Amino acid sequence: MADELDLAFERTVRSEARIEPRDWMPDGYRNTLIRQIAQHAHSEIIGMQPEGNWISRAPSLRRKAILLAKVQDEAGHGLYLYSATETLGADRTDLTVKLIEGRQKYSSIFNYPTLTFADMGVIGWLVDGAAICNQVPLCRTSYGPYARAMIRICKEESFHQRQGYELLMTMMSGTQAQRDMVQDAVNRWWWPSLMMFGPPDAESSNTEQSMAWRIKRNTNDELRQKFVDMSVPQAAHLGVTFPDPELRWNEERGHHDFGQPDWDEFWQVVKGNGVCNAQRIAHRRKAHEDGAWVREAAEAHAARQVSKEAKMIGQSA
Amino acid sequence: MSSSWPLWEVFVRGKRGLNHVHVGSLHAPDAEMALRNARDVYTRRNEGVSIWVVKADDITASSPDEKDPFFAPSGDKVYRHPTFYAIPEDVPHL
Repeated sequence: MADELDLAFERTVRSEARIEPRDWMPDGYRNTLIRQIAQHAHSEIIGMQPEGNWISRAPSLRRKAILLAKVQDEAGHGLYLYSATETLGADRTDLTVKLIEGRQKYSSIFNYPTLTFADMGVIGWLVDGAAICNQVPLCRTSYGPYARAMIRICKEESFHQRQGYELLMTMMSGTQAQRDMVQDAVNRWWWPSLMMFGPPDAESSNTEQSMAWRIKRNTNDELRQKFVDMSVPQAAHLGVTFPDPELRWNEERGHHDFGQPDWDEFWQVVKGNGVCNAQRIAHRRKAHEDGAWVREAAEAHAARQVSKEAKMIGQSA
Repeated sequence: MSSSWPLWEVFVRGKRGLNHVHVGSLHAPDAEMALRNARDVYTRRNEGVSIWVVKADDITASSPDEKDPFFAPSGDKVYRHPTFYAIPEDVPHL
């Protein structure tokens, strides 16, 4: 019987049809998805902080409105994804607790500080650009609710990347100090952006099974290459350079060659030793605990409405 | 930690003339808050003109395990489709 279920599952995945919430699925598939989608949701929620840092200091009302809309989108993306995990039997409160207790991870990119307003532009251009590279193939991931959430997210991410690039173009047409600020931000964010695709394929323990289940559609190194090839002409147009002496066009391969990020640094940040790890989690924990009275008040209000209605029905009878 | 709010399924009508379509779910203490949250989460870019929220517990669904027997009755009734009937090609408007 189990073999038959397994075969039916494999057949569905191989035929590019989607697995839906109440279908039978292997425990490993379910657990991998919960882990991956929760990590993605946590990244969206923690990802509100580096940019939230600049909302009150945006240089114009236009930039402030844009930044607010972007951070609000990130909250929305986190919620679409938590909603997808719940179709797999996960509990949202439980996931939040796991995040603030450090038992589940989020993207290491959000553990770097945002030092200047140019970082807002570079995050949009490079960090969201890398996220889009990762996310577009996930619109075809084998689990239906995840794929549908990714379609909504990708549509909205496009605004995030374009506003970042436009912000940088504006700064590059300003003073020398502003241009230097952009180059400095690019220098700081380039390598962490490359790390967003995860460790090299040879060291990525989950890739093979995830590709077989069609949860993942491309390997880490394939996506990293794609991102580098896309970014080089964009940098040239902007008038900035990437801090990689090995970066050059390889005619034979039809791709750019590039250096490897510092993977020791990557693992240090993943393990919790990045510049902002402690601050990000402390902030998320505080927001969750400070919000407790709002959640309780809303619940009390809902309960009172129900009992009021019951009384009115009693009177009219 | 307070007990968690109930889960609501959200359906959005994209524009007049279309059906409401399921877009996702959210947690809220009551129906009114569910509607407001659904507006903020699922219609930030004019994706809808009308929203339904339904408590997830109130939905009764067919089971995927009995998919084949459940839908079998319609499987062998080819005569419900117009292509079942052979009509000469020179008969107009049919």
